[in-house]
Amino acid sequence: MTVDPEPVLAAVDPVVAAELPGLELWELRCEGGDGRTAREVRGRLRDLAGRWSGARAIALRSQPVPHAYRVLLRQLGVDPDETRSPIEQAVLDRLWHGGFKTAGRVADAELLAVVETGVPVLVLDADLVAGELELRTARPGERLGEGELASDLPLGRVVLCDDRGPLAPLFGAAVPDRRATAETVRCRLAATRAPGVPIVHVEEALWTAADAVAIPR
Amino acid sequence: MVVLADPMPELASGPQVPSVGTLAEQRAARRTLLAQIARLERQLSDVVVSGFPKTPVDHRVPGAAGPALLGLGELEALRDAMAERLCVARSQLAVAADREADARLRLEAMLADPGAHRFHQVTRDDLGMPGCGAYQVRPRLGIVGMFLGWWQVKLSSGCPLARRTPAGRATRVPPAWADAVASAEGPPRRASARPGRWPRHRHHRARPAAAPASTRRPRRPGPRSP
Repeated sequence: MTVDPEPVLAAVDPVVAAELPGLELWELRCEGGDGRTAREVRGRLRDLAGRWSGARAIALRSQPVPHAYRVLLRQLGVDPDETRSPIEQAVLDRLWHGGFKTAGRVADAELLAVVETGVPVLVLDADLVAGELELRTARPGERLGEGELASDLPLGRVVLCDDRGPLAPLFGAAVPDRRATAETVRCRLAATRAPGVPIVHVEEALWTAADAVAIPR
Repeated sequence: MVVLADPMPELASGPQVPSVGTLAEQRAARRTLLAQIARLERQLSDVVVSGFPKTPVDHRVPGAAGPALLGLGELEALRDAMAERLCVARSQLAVAADREADARLRLEAMLADPGAHRFHQVTRDDLGMPGCGAYQVRPRLGIVGMFLGWWQVKLSSGCPLARRTPAGRATRVPPAWADAVASAEGPPRRASARPGRWPRHRHHRARPAAAPASTRRPRRPGPRSP
């Protein structure tokens, strides 16, 4: 597996950066793609699933990293108890299903990263992403996705974009035509760092996802 | 720039952000509001965690269609809504805490003078304790204690005891509860041929065990009719 030595800081729109100082977007490039999840990753998810209980899920909101993402969502006008942060949603799904459900190498890499560090990671196909990644607000007339399934974006919605347009809403899933698939060979991992989250968590999340998304030999 | 104080109950209708003109003042006001929202979110989370699982608090604050950058008015409205919700949640916790304190005082009074609190009961749920069960003032030795004024505080398990179902089969009792069940049901009853009735006292004579067939005396043939 070839991985960039260090995660690099991607661009954040100046208006967004001025409004939310400390909000950052980090990126890591690596080799990998979708497919059957490696046995080690499934084992790690199984071990992690056994550590979550209802009481711990409730107390999750008071822990530093999940709390930082709750605050970020609240400051952006989202009720974090309705539209949950990625870590809280993952834990809630675990309680609902009785375990972490595996759904392929890419989905499991994202799940493993967020469960272990609390930092959400998005795995994109490097060959389908144009130019540089940026965190900004939606412009007039922009749509999320392409074709008939594309949805309109309200003006001012914070989205992850490349040179062609929006890729994913903040903390949302990437559009299918940019997401890593079974044909993907190289990936670009994007992690959003909320204000107050230590950088070591972001780096660990990116490296964890890069390890999990690598194609086993 | 006006420095806004910590959110207190009066904040729901309290100081408003003064009208600001320049971009720098607007930005400062927004930064202050965002900091207040962050602090309120922390306090709301603490209240929710404190109340779990005994006291569910209403902590939901509806959000706008996001995630998006909010305007100054929207930030103010959000801050006010969160402050109001925090007040409501804290009052719910306070009511629950007062109820538990009152229950503890009642239990102390029952323990100090059981006779003055006959048949009073305080449940573990009232005390904020986990598990089922209740502290009850009961007479010692039943009706004898009731007339002689012998009262005591008993802690019931609160769990249903194993009883025979109408079909006559006893439900399975977990081993950890077997002793409690046995002590609650009293002396063991003898199995009776008639279920539900007291067994009769029978004097059984010990009958000799049947000898093995090989050692038995052969039976004498009886007289045969010619």
